[in-house]
Amino acid sequence: MATDLPASARPASVVFYNDPRVRSIAYQVALCAVVVFLVYGAASNAIENLARARIASGFGFWDQTAGFDISQTLIKYSSRSSTYGRAFWVGLLNTLLVAGIGIVLATILGFVIGISRLSSNWLLAKVAGCYVEIIRNLPLLLQLLFWYNAVLKALPDIRDSHSIGGRVFLNNRGLFLPTPIFKHGFGGAEIALLAGIIGAIAYRVWARKQQERTGRQAPVLWVTLALVIGLPLATFILSGAPLSFEFPQAGRFNITGGTEVLPEFVALLFGLTIYTAAFIAEVVRAGILAVSRGQSEAAFSLGLRPGPTLRLIVVPQAMRVIIPPLTSQYLNLTKNSSLAVAIGYPDLVQVFTGTVLNQTGQAVEVVAITMLVYLVISLATSLLMNIYNSRMALKER
Amino acid sequence: MTMAEGDLAVTELAFVRHTPIAPRPPPATMTGALGWLRANLLSSPFNIALTILIGLLLAWAIPEIVKFLFIDAVWTGSDREACLEFVQHRAIGACWPFVWERLPYFIYGSYPISERWRVDVFFVMLAIGIVWLLWLNAPRRDLGAIYFFLILPVTSFILLTGWSAIGLRPVDTVLWGGVLVTIVVAAVGIVCSLPLGILLALGRRSRMPTVRLLSVIFIEFVRGVPLVTVLFMASVMLPLFIPEQWSPDKLVRALVGIALFASAYMAEVVRAGLQAIPKGQYEGAMAVGLRYAQMMRLVVLPQALKVTIPNIVNTYIGLFKDTTLVFIVGIFDLLRTIEVARIDPKWATPVTSTTGYAVAAIFYLVFCYGMSRYARAMEARLTKGDRR
Repeated sequence: MATDLPASARPASVVFYNDPRVRSIAYQVALCAVVVFLVYGAASNAIENLARARIASGFGFWDQTAGFDISQTLIKYSSRSSTYGRAFWVGLLNTLLVAGIGIVLATILGFVIGISRLSSNWLLAKVAGCYVEIIRNLPLLLQLLFWYNAVLKALPDIRDSHSIGGRVFLNNRGLFLPTPIFKHGFGGAEIALLAGIIGAIAYRVWARKQQERTGRQAPVLWVTLALVIGLPLATFILSGAPLSFEFPQAGRFNITGGTEVLPEFVALLFGLTIYTAAFIAEVVRAGILAVSRGQSEAAFSLGLRPGPTLRLIVVPQAMRVIIPPLTSQYLNLTKNSSLAVAIGYPDLVQVFTGTVLNQTGQAVEVVAITMLVYLVISLATSLLMNIYNSRMALKER
Repeated sequence: MTMAEGDLAVTELAFVRHTPIAPRPPPATMTGALGWLRANLLSSPFNIALTILIGLLLAWAIPEIVKFLFIDAVWTGSDREACLEFVQHRAIGACWPFVWERLPYFIYGSYPISERWRVDVFFVMLAIGIVWLLWLNAPRRDLGAIYFFLILPVTSFILLTGWSAIGLRPVDTVLWGGVLVTIVVAAVGIVCSLPLGILLALGRRSRMPTVRLLSVIFIEFVRGVPLVTVLFMASVMLPLFIPEQWSPDKLVRALVGIALFASAYMAEVVRAGLQAIPKGQYEGAMAVGLRYAQMMRLVVLPQALKVTIPNIVNTYIGLFKDTTLVFIVGIFDLLRTIEVARIDPKWATPVTSTTGYAVAAIFYLVFCYGMSRYARAMEARLTKGDRR
């Protein structure tokens, strides 16, 4: 026995095609060959098909004049002089606008509903539960169509629009709001606001240090309110209220002036907010349930009241569980905003993959650019998420 | 001695009870309906205010919904006249005759009327397959799986598209529509996404760098973009990549898009399950001499899939809702047929849209809620062994 060679020193007795390393390399080479073959076939077919259909390729279209109108533009855009590239930016900004506002609103609504589901009030918990079950089980597209066609398009037309004091109008063409006009001297209030925010942050830092040193709590809330709201307001009034409004004027067939909020925008915002809030509510509920009961019981036994217990003990620990799925809900909301194309809100997909694609016919380039935009947003968010996760992870020995 | 004497002394004392007091009932305000109300609805001023507020909201909303769906609803009629407020001189709720007349369109789309029995047969066959697979005590569930994943797709394909050789008239997919298309898209997504998702998940956890890289690229790419763009890609780019004579029809393109999209999401769900399996299981399987395929098929996947069943069903719910997006690339699913029907001048009234959407909402709610209940029941059953 002892004279036998150890297994490792013996030459491999398997045939070469049973050697795992050889097999692994063979599989990989075969896979690469298949992929290369598919890509090559697809590319050569595409070149042939494009040539037959006489569709140009390359990104030359980017600088050509677009020649179509867009109903909502955050940057200067005109159908006669603006390029397809400009149209792309208009669409992207519209997507970011609706996604940004939607994320804020959905977070607020989602937290309210998620906490309501855990409320000790039976009725509130049941209503919140029904909201989540119904909204999550209906397709978003159906909800968007409902808000757009059944609610907003059913509003009265211009002549019978709902109005608040003749200053704000709501009808089936949209919501018409007064436009603020900043006069000379408004900058003072802006500077005051900035100073107020910086001051409030500094005060908070000081207040925390003070509490850690002496145990005394400073009136943080009131000072913050005074600095962030009071200071700019005082500056604004002292500098002679340099702000006026341009009010929308109701005509017989049209409303002129003011700021128009498109019904498409409102419907998309409503749909995305209400839909995503149901998912955020579930995330929040799971996060709060993940904090063990002992934590809040310990807080109570130290004499903390329910409010501070939630604020200081439960929520900070729940956030660690909530934040990662919350981010993926934000990403979902951003991706779902592409459903705008169904109700005609001019977002990136509607403007670029819709109109620009139809006009130029350059499917490969246009779809690739659109996908790239969403990919960049997604990957950037996951990168930030990973950094956050590694910072927030429980510090263990 | 002394103890016995002491006991005797105590029992003789007049003020000591000899029999235990019968327990008194708790105060009336703490038990029964009243106690429940106090604890759950009226425990603090804030809660009382909330209860009143929500009560008022419900007292307003529920009668409105009931009135719209039943009390004010129109039940008979032959065209829009029946559902117009200024013709009928009364409040008008849902316009059910519109749904009743358009029901065949909502179910079959423009499928030729004489051939619609084929769709009915398909629905019945699908229902048998689903019950066979989902009912856990059904006999021969292995045969059920073969039926569902092999026999059903082939026969349905022949049945629905037609085959002149056996006397079934070919029906172009352009004519398909309504619930039929919704179910076909969902079923194809469900049937394709699981095997593809498992392959991708295994690929992502493979030791071969090329396989892993390709899987990661595919999964992250598809998950990073909206389904709308995947469908656009499938509908406008796919025909470019394929020789012209093989160019697939519109429905097939959308199906490819949906299947690829769903399998990327499924891959991540399955991967989570694979990660939950302890390393010892893999090592044990290797130690008894199983090959990779055997190890996965006999040891790892059965355990991994078991723990992921609830998540798989959740992915299916998402997929079922996402089938509505084929609407955007011009396919007549249920939602699209409702959109078309609601703007038909014959039935155009202020309530037609809401009625149509209510029908769609009920349809999706029933299916999605049913799936989620099933997932929950399944989860409870599967975790029974973990609870003690």
